Amino acid sequence: MSKDDQNGRDLTQAFYRGLTQPRLSRQNFMRGAGAAMMAALAPQIARAEKVKDWPAWWAKQKPTKEFVFANWPLYIDVSSDGKDHPSIDEFTKQTGIHVTYKEVIQEVGPFYAQVAPVLKAGQATGYDMMVITNGWYLTEMLMQNWLVPIWQEKVPNFAKNASPSVKNPPFDPGNKHTMVWQSGLTGIAYNPKLTKREITSFDDLWDPAFAGHIGMFSDIIEIGSAAMLKLGINPTTSTPADWEKAAAILKDQKAKGLVRQYYDQSYINALESGDVWITMAWSGDVYQANSKGYKDLKFVVPKEGCSIWHDNMCIPVGAKNPLSALEWMNYYYTPEAAGLVEDYVNYICPVPAAKDYILNVIKDPDVANSPLVFPPESELARTHEYHPFKNYAEYQKWLNIFNPVVQG
Amino acid sequence: MRLGGKLAPYLLSLPGWAYLLVFFLIPLVSMLGMALAVGDPISGFVISFNFQEFVDAFNGYQAPFIRSFWYGTASTIVTLLVSYPVAYWIAFYGGRHKSTYLFLIMLPFFVSFVIRVLAWEFILSDQGVILGTLKQFGILPQSSRILSTQWAVIGGLIYNSFAYYVLPLYVVLEKLDRRLVRAANDLYASPVTAFMKIILPLSAPGIFAGFLLVFVTNVGDYVNAALLGGPGTYMIGNIIQDSFFQSQDYPMAAALSSILMLMLMVAILLYSKAFGTDTIQEYAA
Repeated sequence: MSKDDQNGRDLTQAFYRGLTQPRLSRQNFMRGAGAAMMAALAPQIARAEKVKDWPAWWAKQKPTKEFVFANWPLYIDVSSDGKDHPSIDEFTKQTGIHVTYKEVIQEVGPFYAQVAPVLKAGQATGYDMMVITNGWYLTEMLMQNWLVPIWQEKVPNFAKNASPSVKNPPFDPGNKHTMVWQSGLTGIAYNPKLTKREITSFDDLWDPAFAGHIGMFSDIIEIGSAAMLKLGINPTTSTPADWEKAAAILKDQKAKGLVRQYYDQSYINALESGDVWITMAWSGDVYQANSKGYKDLKFVVPKEGCSIWHDNMCIPVGAKNPLSALEWMNYYYTPEAAGLVEDYVNYICPVPAAKDYILNVIKDPDVANSPLVFPPESELARTHEYHPFKNYAEYQKWLNIFNPVVQG
Repeated sequence: MRLGGKLAPYLLSLPGWAYLLVFFLIPLVSMLGMALAVGDPISGFVISFNFQEFVDAFNGYQAPFIRSFWYGTASTIVTLLVSYPVAYWIAFYGGRHKSTYLFLIMLPFFVSFVIRVLAWEFILSDQGVILGTLKQFGILPQSSRILSTQWAVIGGLIYNSFAYYVLPLYVVLEKLDRRLVRAANDLYASPVTAFMKIILPLSAPGIFAGFLLVFVTNVGDYVNAALLGGPGTYMIGNIIQDSFFQSQDYPMAAALSSILMLMLMVAILLYSKAFGTDTIQEYAA
């Protein structure tokens, strides 16, 4: 029964994540586009008074027994009857805080379009915590001062238990506003039966032997970063001159007919069907493809290293229960809570100590010993953060350089 | 009483006007305003009279515009050729089961659009049910593929617009006065002549309506290109989507949408001048 459960769960989970996965921004097709445009045009009315002294603001907050948590679908543990979230129940037991858990974030773009007008008007979104992927939207929210700085003293578990790979990220130095919920790697996935050899390098994405069967991402932050890694450039610290070089090799790759398609989430279907032999890939998808029966598929961190991305917990300005949010962050960074979530979610766990908890208490060695869920430090040391944009002009420069690759 | 009587038609059309105002006029004006705005997402956008965005949009994206019109035209013509015989058969030979056949044609549309397109990705896969079989018998070379080409995109557009063309064609063919066809037969017209001189001209309004319905939707489509296309099949809808969600370059997205709308309006105007209802009636008479 429990084993069947496990399989059933993996399948539906993989299926739903295929439809609703974080990195799917293009597949969602315009939802919220109009709202974003109207919001952008709306006069800047009645901005709430800007908080200048955050420590004083925090000191004024009173503890509450409520907590509203906005997250992505299928991004938290679910009990076997599918009705409860054990990690949330445990949190309520420990703190007496009642959690309203909402799976409202399908994609960053449309979610942004939904909350931006509210935040711009200085009003409350109704959420005390949201999970936002690092990238331009998160950077923009930080620039707009839409995220409450975290009261660090209230979250000691983060300093104690967080993996070095999620501490002090370049997009939010010092973790002033965000803490990682899950991370993932962007490396290469391939089918050894079709490539007929081991894949070790980003150079393999340029191998003419695979012409017409190479998948690249349509996300231009991702392809730009991958091309730079191939050239031996660290994307985090790269300059516009590097971007030009990267765009040049991407255009060359396209002109030679190597690229089959610039994929969004659907790359994983193409990999499973054998249309694509080798492709840029997200680690979580390959793990799920393996567990639903595509055992041949392999995920590698190329020898040049790879990109790492993070989905981050953050508190929007206007949150009604900010102290509950801190309480939750602190709770999540325990091996027990992170272990409960991780055993279900299977991306990269930000709490390395959860591995022992999953192994010894939950007794699920498949997850605990997976190098995709708990990558060794040596692997994580080879990962690179996306380039952190300092302003919109810099982001626009990147867009102008890389957009012609995909759009041309 | 008399005043009420005079006002009644206007009062009755009030909901229609309100609908147009809220769901058409306001978005349209705000879109045009956005196209003229300057700024960026951080500091906000301000409406000005900056027409540069239109110039950039027009000059920068000619290839995707041309591509969209080519895909739109090709897919609409093929859809017409495919759906006409189907509508004809149902209208003339469907008998008691006409509504069943129509229902069967509509049936796939109860499934989400994106899922249906993804299903084609599966069916057309390189080693899938169709290509895999043909390759096995040596009919196609091993390296051939349909997915990730413009043919897959056009094929997806045809599939998705099929029902939208069958329905208007069915409506005119169903109402067609059969006595005219019989009269043609009595006058020794061959079936082909009867079709060319009677049925085809009388079904012209359906052809016309279906063409508009399908062509406008297909030119602006972006789902098929995103899922079935390959490098170099970007349509203007994909560019607009990128401008919104990736670049947050709302003025560019609005300018591109306005240009697309204008082009479609001109195309429709020319089209109805050439094949419009007036001409159809003359032709039929």
